[in-house]
Amino acid sequence: MSSIAVPAPELEPQSVISSEIAAIEAGYRQAGVEETQPRLDYPPYRSSTLRHPTGDLCDVEPETIERWAPCFGARDVDPLEADLTAGHAGEPIGERIILAGRVVDGAGRPVRGQLVEIWQANAAGRYTHERDQHPAPLDPNFTGTGRCLTDADGRYRFQTIKPGPYPWRNHFNAWRPAHVHFSVFGSSFTQRLVTQLYFPGDPLRALDPIYQSIIDDRARDRLVATYDHDLTSHEWATGYRWDIVLTGGRQTWFESEDVA
Amino acid sequence: MTPTATPGQTVGPFFHYALPYEGDRDLVPPGGPGAVVLRGQVLDGAGNAVPDALVELWQARPDGTVAREPGSLRRDGWTFTGFGRAATGGDGCYAFSTLVPGPTEAGRAAFFAVTVFARGLLDRLFTRAYVPGDSAALAADPLLSSLPAERRRTLIASTDERGFVFDIRLQGGDETVFLRYPGQ
Ligand SMILES: [Fe+3]
Repeated sequence: MSSIAVPAPELEPQSVISSEIAAIEAGYRQAGVEETQPRLDYPPYRSSTLRHPTGDLCDVEPETIERWAPCFGARDVDPLEADLTAGHAGEPIGERIILAGRVVDGAGRPVRGQLVEIWQANAAGRYTHERDQHPAPLDPNFTGTGRCLTDADGRYRFQTIKPGPYPWRNHFNAWRPAHVHFSVFGSSFTQRLVTQLYFPGDPLRALDPIYQSIIDDRARDRLVATYDHDLTSHEWATGYRWDIVLTGGRQTWFESEDVA
Repeated sequence: MTPTATPGQTVGPFFHYALPYEGDRDLVPPGGPGAVVLRGQVLDGAGNAVPDALVELWQARPDGTVAREPGSLRRDGWTFTGFGRAATGGDGCYAFSTLVPGPTEAGRAAFFAVTVFARGLLDRLFTRAYVPGDSAALAADPLLSSLPAERRRTLIASTDERGFVFDIRLQGGDETVFLRYPGQ
């Protein structure tokens, strides 16, 4: 395969996607109104075109059921599920890493005993998913899914391997930056979050329309883990720290009720 | 300084080997006492089925109380946890086996709280599937009564012989009403 292959006619080049990304960011800077979440309508991510609501989200006061969240406990999650390098005959290939951090609410208080689920590609950038067609090797010693419950201080901790970047068909020569998918529950239904953790120094983040759908650079930096030498363990694994903030929970309503 | 919310991202195309689990959509055993089916189709702006969406359900018990019990991931067959998860199939359809939620306060409208994720959807969407039938409660509901009739319709499930049908339209003329809670 040649690295100077001509783009398939149905796929646009990176330059088209990158100039759309730049134009949207320029418009954002000009508008001067801070955004902290991804745009749902973000044309450079082509799959979003028909999958975003065009009506405004409807502001609503949470009812009783929405003020609570599902409850998870020791019966739901085995502590071994936090180690993605275990459970197979041998060690997975790749850089062994520790991912750890805290899940807190908008007042900085820990979200305790809640479920954190992760999934990721292997070190070669391949998912253990039947629809992943990337011709990179599967690793017989790595599945790439993990779960844990946050502790009394809101902390989670996984041991895994660093995922590789992988190609996708948003445009010609499109590559996702290395990332780990995170699914997190808060102490209220309204705090439900699914997101992706990225790694520091990855040049692919600048080119990626999924990451760039968070227009504000400070906001998207919140998805980038920090290398933490104190988390790195001697002759074993490097450590990355990433804290998660879930706003829009009970504490918000209590504050507004206090004011009222 | 108060911390700012972590941004969301799309669930992507490869969640199927991670998030679904055995019994995820069966809050109660199908066909058991009181079991109903809540089902529907997730559709995009062209009216096509969304075969790679994930729908989550969170609801009260029939008596209106909120379950505070673990066990959603490893169901024991009798504990009602109030939570379920269902990936859509190739036809964009999802289905839950569950109980009919009751109003959490007397006289209020009962609903299923619903979250939607999909490849191509950059952040999760919240909505409500209201239980049809109690027209006084539905008419008095603060959310429903704030909406024009044609938008209100998208939030009220219809009934069939097995339970309820609630289609989710991500975009288009009949687009489902999606919600934003305070602080978001
Ligand atoms: Fe991915």
